[in-house]
Amino acid sequence: MTMADVKRVLNARLICGEELLEKEVHSACGSDMMSDVLAYVKDQSVLLSGLVNPQVIRTAQMMDMVCIVFVRGKEPDPMMISLAESCGIVLMTTEHRMFTACGLLYENGLRGGGMPK
Amino acid sequence: MSDMAFCYIVPGDDFTRAGEASADVKSRLKMLGLPTDVIRRVSIAMYEGEINMVIHAGGGEAEVRLDNGAIYMELRDRGPGIQDLSLAMKEGYSTAPENIRSLGFGAGMGLPNMKKYTDRMEIESAPGEGTTVKMWVNCPGI
Ligand SMILES: Nc1ncnc2c1ncn2[C@@H]1O[C@H](COP(=O)(O)OP(=O)(O)O)[C@@H](O)[C@H]1O
Ligand SMILES: [Mg+2]
Repeated sequence: MTMADVKRVLNARLICGEELLEKEVHSACGSDMMSDVLAYVKDQSVLLSGLVNPQVIRTAQMMDMVCIVFVRGKEPDPMMISLAESCGIVLMTTEHRMFTACGLLYENGLRGGGMPK
Repeated sequence: MSDMAFCYIVPGDDFTRAGEASADVKSRLKMLGLPTDVIRRVSIAMYEGEINMVIHAGGGEAEVRLDNGAIYMELRDRGPGIQDLSLAMKEGYSTAPENIRSLGFGAGMGLPNMKKYTDRMEIESAPGEGTTVKMWVNCPGI
């Protein structure tokens, strides 16, 4: 699916990265612990998180992830938004909680991106 | 490409800025056209090391060199040092305070991640004197 599909499935609001929405994404990862995200590189492209601080953007950047979805209606601050823009990362926010958001994306074909080694 | 070196001061008082050095290294390695997986492994290992310097040691210095077929990273701090290295290397071991955990770090996965993503890692640390972490990621041709 594309990031535009992710947005639609999660009924999410786009925060930045409109021009990137037609890019395809195949796998995702949901976590509030950044070291857990960093532990399993499997070409995930979407990060779902309830955590809101600049290190969430940095973590996605290090992992070459292209999209961050904040769950539970969390909102990034302007500094995080400009960091994401400079890294070419799409930000969106959904009212869904983590479990539901992950479930909806899974149901629509997104996968976890392989087993941890 | 040999002999290229990048140096950074990692400020210890601003968690929001942690990762700037790693991000800069990542974009420089990209410009040099190195393989994606090499760049990602370097970025993640250095980022975890940078975060550790900020949350456990009050900041420090980072140096990255392209040298003899490997990307070499050296992270030096003058923090409290690591009391028990083999304990610190265990997955899940962390002395990070609760406020750090609420920021998404302190899961005790940093050092294990750094070891996993690099081809070689050496830590020199003495209590009260600081810590130096050296890491190598092989990249034939540089
Ligand atoms: N640069 C450092 N200076 C002092 N102690 C460190 C440093 N890096 C790591 N440590 C110690 O090693 C432990 C494990 O580190 P790590 O695996 O990165 O987990 P975390 O950072 O999540 O606690 C830390 O909790 C800390 O006690
Ligand atoms: Mg750590």
